[in-house]
Amino acid sequence: MRYIEPHGHMVSRTTDDYQAMALAGCAAICEPAFWAGFDRKSADGFYDYFCQLTQHEPKRAARYGLPHYSWLCINPKESEDMALAADVLALIPEFLKAPTVLGIGEIGLNKNTRNEMKVLEQHIALAVQFDQMILVHTPHLEDKRKGTRLIMDCLKANGVVKPERVIIDHVEEHTIRDVLDQGFWAGITLYPESKATPTRAVDMIEAVAAQRVWLNSACDWGHSDPLSVPKAAQEMRRRGHSATAIDNLVYGNPVKFLSQNSRFKAPAAQA
Amino acid sequence: MSTPQPHPGAPARTREQVADLHFMDARYKLLDLAAFLDRLDRASGGEDHRVRGLRAALPLLLEKDEGRVAKILNLWSDPSIVPIEKADTKAASGVWPGLK
Ligand SMILES: [Zn+2]
Repeated sequence: MRYIEPHGHMVSRTTDDYQAMALAGCAAICEPAFWAGFDRKSADGFYDYFCQLTQHEPKRAARYGLPHYSWLCINPKESEDMALAADVLALIPEFLKAPTVLGIGEIGLNKNTRNEMKVLEQHIALAVQFDQMILVHTPHLEDKRKGTRLIMDCLKANGVVKPERVIIDHVEEHTIRDVLDQGFWAGITLYPESKATPTRAVDMIEAVAAQRVWLNSACDWGHSDPLSVPKAAQEMRRRGHSATAIDNLVYGNPVKFLSQNSRFKAPAAQA
Repeated sequence: MSTPQPHPGAPARTREQVADLHFMDARYKLLDLAAFLDRLDRASGGEDHRVRGLRAALPLLLEKDEGRVAKILNLWSDPSIVPIEKADTKAASGVWPGLK
């Protein structure tokens, strides 16, 4: 089988993980900028992180034949500090020139605060200014439903953002329909404790028209599994889904969404 | 037993097939939950809001119609609609603390 890992935080993973993913059929990896598990104290920390995402990590992935792409932002967990957020936002335009950057992400909300909302609006404005696609992180657990609604309202209020160029990630059973109904793409994150499991994910994709859904592991420094996308594919297989349906979900859909940016090359098209 | 309402995207399957695939998984998870509740009984102190939320969700498991996961997630969700002034913590707890 072949699949795309459209959301993996590879800076937090070992080289062995790259190898395991390549062996499992991974054809490309996309890495949104995220929270490192601690708050960075200055924009310099983000400068180094953006260099890592755009220069170092693609080289590490290439050793396993894996194209590596990235998305840039200051994540919502560090957006409470508006001055820091302004400094980091000012860095982004320069890094958008890097050939493997696909857009702005993962932006969104964490605790649904006023400052997080302001920084979210600034990111959306930046995406519009530079005609970038958007990858959205929705809040965890009890904050998810409210945050998802606030984020969608914010995207709609901008007036220019095309929903089909936005993926709203970490949807669960109580948010997926809203997201799809409003024209956005939906990401189901296979993160065992706080998001969805492969079995629940397959239940969800059986319940909705899954043409605008992707699966991702969001593997990072926390309890997560870089092979969770192929494991979900295996769950589909044992439930009787066709090879075509599986390929459409784990390969075709992410390729369709990501190819809206011409920088993304469908791995099948590569020699 | 409710009338089967297969999802459009799901290959046809019998309840026996579903049980063959997933019963043991559900069985051990239920026993783990029971053990967790026993463990709480043996501990001291008042009821935690997260555990209160978990107990409130249990009756939803026995409801007849589908959508139990969404119902539980909605029960545990913050029902407010406006942004809060400032975060008192970075992490969510799993159950909205205001749940009665
Ligand atoms: Zn992430």
